[in-house]
Amino acid sequence: MGVTALAPSSADDPAAYQQVALVDLLDRVLATGVVITGDITLAIADVDLVRISLRALVASVGALVPPGSATGPLVLPGPAVGPLAPADSVGGPPAPAVLP
Amino acid sequence: MNGTTAEPVPVAPTLGTGVWLHAVVAEVDPASLVGIAGIAGTPVRAVAGAGLVAVVADVPLTEYGEEALRRNLEDLGWLERAARAHHAVVDALARTVAVVPARLATVHRDDDRVVRALAERHDALADTLARLTGREEWGVKGYVVPGATPRVEEPAGGGGAGAAYLRRRRAQLTAREEGQRIAADAAATVHAALAGHAVAARRHPPQDRRLSGAATAMVLNGAYLVERTRVDAFAALAGELAERHPELRFELTGPWPPYSFVAEPAAEPAWE
Repeated sequence: MGVTALAPSSADDPAAYQQVALVDLLDRVLATGVVITGDITLAIADVDLVRISLRALVASVGALVPPGSATGPLVLPGPAVGPLAPADSVGGPPAPAVLP
Repeated sequence: MNGTTAEPVPVAPTLGTGVWLHAVVAEVDPASLVGIAGIAGTPVRAVAGAGLVAVVADVPLTEYGEEALRRNLEDLGWLERAARAHHAVVDALARTVAVVPARLATVHRDDDRVVRALAERHDALADTLARLTGREEWGVKGYVVPGATPRVEEPAGGGGAGAAYLRRRRAQLTAREEGQRIAADAAATVHAALAGHAVAARRHPPQDRRLSGAATAMVLNGAYLVERTRVDAFAALAGELAERHPELRFELTGPWPPYSFVAEPAAEPAWE
């Protein structure tokens, strides 16, 4: 069952534009990313936030649209993605939000 | 993780505008930011400080304030839109310069706070940018292949139907455990081999199948920081490993901005 190796997305090749699977994206933007302190950290601990988000995500999974018709207004050429990777969510820790 | 604020939290926060942090770069040509829409649709801006540049976007606190974020981060539609919009900016930047992506939902009160954060974290940010220069992230996911695990042998033995059932059940459980062990071992072996060809590597937790839609369980969700000049070799290695391990099915994704490698390795526990 080989690797589904995909060519890196290329700005020169519009056909290579594939939407990133949301699940892969959330692994990265929620679980990682540098934590630069904002003015006030959310009172909710990261872990709690994640759990809450994950529950809500799982609950709404039935409402997901296929990756091709994403709801987001911005569909940018992202990393090329594997085969059928239906979109959706995370497994990791989450979002540190900060605010005033 | 975060710092503290010197001032008390206002009981009734006055809503206005906040500053959403997309990423930090060493320097950026302002012209290259033209046309890049930030998280809320307005153009991104560069905020310079301490020899670094934060790429930010103004956001209304009615939607991106603490209260609103708590609510919105649980809304899948909102979260997807935000994640994709944030990623669009980070990805656009990563195509031309080394970036330290900000985690989703890092909002500052104003530019002065952003500059202060840049100054406070200067050394770590500068080190990270240096470490990421010329490198990009690739993902390799491994899924169990049904049928690649050991078959359940029909155990022979005497006794009645009850005894036969118990023997069969025990054999099934043993086979399942064996299958899980084989898949886990293969995932560890593949990860180690890929890590050997990467500057850095880490394993994210396997994705929930309800969310990924995958038909079988994920046993590897690896991220690898690879020299741009060695990406072809890395992809070739992934292909070889896939052939060597038919008990797993692999997917390679990338290039990604280096989201998984901005935190200090010790800062986050590795998933095993």
